[in-house]
Amino acid sequence: MEYLLQQVINGLTLGSVYGLIAIGYTMVYGIIGMVNFAHGDVFMIGAFNSMILFLVMGSLGITWVPLQLLVVLVLAVIFTSVYGWTVERVAYRPLRGSHKLAPLISAIGMSIVLQNYVFLLQGAKPKPLQSLLPGGIQLMQTEDFVVQLGYMQIIVFATTIVLMYGFWKLITATSLGRQQRSCEQDMKMAALLGVNVDRTISLTFVMGAALAGVAGYMVTLYYGSNDFYMGFVAGIKAFSAAVLGGIGSLPGAMLGGMLIGLVEAIWSAYFAVEYKDVAAFAILVLVLIFRPTGLLGRPEVEKV
Amino acid sequence: MQMMQTKSGPTFMNAMMAKDLAVTTFIAFSLSFLLVGFQTLALQGQQLSYINHLGDVAWSVVLVVLGRYGLLVDREGAHRITLVVCGVAAIYLIGSAVAGLAEVTWYAMLPLPFAQPMVNGIFGAGAAILAVRAASNMVTRRATMMSVEQREAYETRRNRLNRKFSQTVGPIMVLLAIFMPITPWGDRGRVDTLVVILTSVMLGWGLNIVVGLAGLLDLGYVAFYAVGAYTYAKMSIGFGWDFWQTLPFAGLFAAMFGVALGFPVLRLRGDYLAIVTLGFGEMIRIVLLNWTDFTSGAQGISGIPYMDFFGIPFIREPQEGQQSFAKLFGVEYSLDHRIYFTYYVILCLALITNFVTIRLRKLPIGRAWEALREDEIACRALGVNPRNTKLTAFGIGAMFAGFAGAFYATRLGFIAPFSFTFDVSAGILAFVVLGGMGSQVGVALAAIILVGLPEVTRELQLYRALIYGCAMVLIMLWRPRGLLSHREPTIYAMPAKSRFFGLWK
Repeated sequence: MEYLLQQVINGLTLGSVYGLIAIGYTMVYGIIGMVNFAHGDVFMIGAFNSMILFLVMGSLGITWVPLQLLVVLVLAVIFTSVYGWTVERVAYRPLRGSHKLAPLISAIGMSIVLQNYVFLLQGAKPKPLQSLLPGGIQLMQTEDFVVQLGYMQIIVFATTIVLMYGFWKLITATSLGRQQRSCEQDMKMAALLGVNVDRTISLTFVMGAALAGVAGYMVTLYYGSNDFYMGFVAGIKAFSAAVLGGIGSLPGAMLGGMLIGLVEAIWSAYFAVEYKDVAAFAILVLVLIFRPTGLLGRPEVEKV
Repeated sequence: MQMMQTKSGPTFMNAMMAKDLAVTTFIAFSLSFLLVGFQTLALQGQQLSYINHLGDVAWSVVLVVLGRYGLLVDREGAHRITLVVCGVAAIYLIGSAVAGLAEVTWYAMLPLPFAQPMVNGIFGAGAAILAVRAASNMVTRRATMMSVEQREAYETRRNRLNRKFSQTVGPIMVLLAIFMPITPWGDRGRVDTLVVILTSVMLGWGLNIVVGLAGLLDLGYVAFYAVGAYTYAKMSIGFGWDFWQTLPFAGLFAAMFGVALGFPVLRLRGDYLAIVTLGFGEMIRIVLLNWTDFTSGAQGISGIPYMDFFGIPFIREPQEGQQSFAKLFGVEYSLDHRIYFTYYVILCLALITNFVTIRLRKLPIGRAWEALREDEIACRALGVNPRNTKLTAFGIGAMFAGFAGAFYATRLGFIAPFSFTFDVSAGILAFVVLGGMGSQVGVALAAIILVGLPEVTRELQLYRALIYGCAMVLIMLWRPRGLLSHREPTIYAMPAKSRFFGLWK
């Protein structure tokens, strides 16, 4: 029971990360109807950005932890969003209205480019980073097992909840959110009514990348080991989360992320840990077979 | 456009351009500052540390901004300036990169922005692209100003040229491939390299059925390759079968995997298929890695029998009562026999793949693939069953990957899960995309260049994947249908002229 509770806490931490990445997939899919394959790698870049920023801050002598956490979060998000913007501008915008395979292939190319960019610059070895805030609160104690909620996990949960609230407000209550939703419904009509479609799509990518940057920041903080290949598997899982929640739906993405995180944590704890990636992926296939619209998605009608 | 005509000449700086350059500076800085500027080092037993390369950041930003400025000036109409400046920069940077790779001594004396020759070369390639762009703008005076009719005519002309090119180059390449080993250049090492290239060509052709003809983006193609390889390894070691007995099973199992995977996902949208196949490829690799009893895990399977001459092995000293190639033909034993035979086997396999593809195209199923690729809804309305049609493409593509996998296993005699990563799938996809989806000669050319080139210098191998990725993006931007594509359907209901001007106008 205690063991299970611990796994649930770990699973939700992981799930927050997947959920944040999944939002990027689901938003982009909602607005331009393509899978942004490079998104997982933007997340990886976010993790590297955070890691380098922590290192540089440390060497500059800024050691007060709350300040470090905050500054790195803000800077990492800014630097990572630029990647999202650039990917869209370079690889997707010129291909709008091209045949349907073109943006997909370009996205895969972009994903390979980002991976190798980091590989060539930073090397192939995993980079371990010391934990800033070790320890945590003991929630429950039995004679042989302690259920612990780490300080890092508290930060992850708090950031996720604050971000979700802010993001929800951004989408539902600001003019940017309105433009974004209008483009999602009917891009041509939105353009006719004076919405700057290109700018809105760019901002969607920037928002997605910013959230992926936060996810990368959390992974750096919580797991503290980054390598250039981490975006690939995380990307597949986050995409599974987006599909599970219903692609195009923001709460769905978060819910899907949490579920995938839970499944992964519990699977690793009770079944074979080496097959945890397979478990997440099996969910994707099962959802696609039995409920292609996902948990919270709308049915998609293909029109001529 | 009208504003440009009233102007006396190109402007070299105005508020718009200044703003654009400021944005470019910010972007280039943000992209490079952390990842280029600070190289993290994970040394054994030490905390993570870094060394900074802020000079490289400065150079990257300067070069990117200069390039952007060249593009803006070119857009203003000063093509010649951009052409000359970028051309010189490209020649200088690429030249020095080539010199650096060839380890020419005077290379170190040149003032160059970056220490690694390849990085200089990449920026040089960027400058070259700008120069080519400026040159083509100078000739065509911007392609966007062409009318629809002009563009149609241009496309038709280009398609015809591509087809003619393919028709002449194809047979020449086949002849070259057949006679290569008996020419003076056909030594053992080179033939071995050619075997690697031909395997890639075969995989490219196999994937071309799925991606080029049927328009299904399969990102887990390597999984079927792996299935073929492991089938061969297990069957030849377990049952003692030779290559020719096992080959059909390798293809069959791979095709079965293809159908089993395709069945649930092929009724979904194309993007789902892409990511599911991607995940499937990864899943197969994880299973191969962890199912230790069956696959020996990460150690891989070694001692796989090498290629045999239709059941007769190529061995130096046959045991009592055993036949060998050298004994059968009464020649001296030589390793060359096996390698050359292996070469011709893969050549045959590749050509069979090619031949089958070309024939399939003309069959009803091939027509259905092309039609599905162009418009699925129309196909459904006409009674084509999309799922079965796609499944056939998927299965046949997987089958050829299975053959290639069996061949791979017998050539190396050793297989391990690390040979079947996503990078391989991405590489094969790069051949198909670059060559022109649906074009057989294009795929072969792309495979020869992309596989052959990194064999020349080791340095290039490090950058190989980066080059693949860049090439995929650039080709999509420049010619979304691939370099040598004549991807329009092979048959029309109406002749071309009436189709363009009678039906749509």
